[in-house]
Amino acid sequence: MSGFDFLTTRLEAALGWGRKFSLFHYPFITACCGMEYMSTACAHFDIDRFGAGLTRFSPRQADLLLVVGTISHKLAPVLRTVYDQMLEPKWVIAFGACTVSGGIYQNYAVVQGIDRIVPVDVYIPGCPPRPEMVLDGLLKLQDKIQHQKQDWRWARKD
Amino acid sequence: MGPEGLIDAIRARLGEAVEGVTDSFGDPVLLIRPQDLRAVMSALREAPFDYAVLLDLTCVDFAAAEGRFELVYHLYSLSRNVRLRLKTSLPADRPSVETVVGLWKNAEWLEREAFDMFGVRFEGHPYLRRILTYEGFEGHPLRKSYPWRLEQPRFPPKDEA
Repeated sequence: MSGFDFLTTRLEAALGWGRKFSLFHYPFITACCGMEYMSTACAHFDIDRFGAGLTRFSPRQADLLLVVGTISHKLAPVLRTVYDQMLEPKWVIAFGACTVSGGIYQNYAVVQGIDRIVPVDVYIPGCPPRPEMVLDGLLKLQDKIQHQKQDWRWARKD
Repeated sequence: MGPEGLIDAIRARLGEAVEGVTDSFGDPVLLIRPQDLRAVMSALREAPFDYAVLLDLTCVDFAAAEGRFELVYHLYSLSRNVRLRLKTSLPADRPSVETVVGLWKNAEWLEREAFDMFGVRFEGHPYLRRILTYEGFEGHPLRKSYPWRLEQPRFPPKDEA
């Protein structure tokens, strides 16, 4: 070993570092934004470079909920159930204009922004957003995870 | 039986129930009095007219017109390979007409859709409730008087419903 036998850090920083580079995401895809999601997730743009490459198709194994596509009122309770099934810590990305605000669907059938159903960490606008925007949103989420207060089970709850 | 013969036969059979006859791209269009709709339909369902298929049933909201809601029925005869369109106008205050579920089974869902979107009542329908929107939805969204950007109550989760 050559002069790097130990390092010091704060537990918070180490937890944040670990969490932001091991995002297991659950893609909740309902519409055309799914094409951009596929483009981002696959080899050409490759979200695995940022440690978010492991797609889980069960919300119980995921800690990042990617809501991709239009959410209608009838689908809203399904999305809420999926969110409730995810374990803490968990984050949500609203992917595309429909999830951010309802997008072009300003009508009786569509939820006008998924933040009425689940809390959202990062909004990625665009119809659809380009993969570069998605990666930018992912980096912003990583930044947020690094700097937020890390909740860990053995912390004292005072 | 050509189109002219058909219209003559219908007029002979149904008399004053037919308020008018027009033409749409070669297919006859009949304007029917709403109170005679069911009788007209059951006559057209049987021989010699034999319209075995109800292709579509929908509604149009002419907000300013006296007969505000116009129901449109599209019929098709398999044996004669001809189509027929029927229209009937309903008043704005209580749009109501007799059901045709007993004649064509698929009218059940089509009438539920017209009820859901326009609020047209179909008397005698076995199960007239919303089909595309959900229980608790307020108003009928395809009416011209439906306010745009109206906030609807949230669809309840299963365990709370």
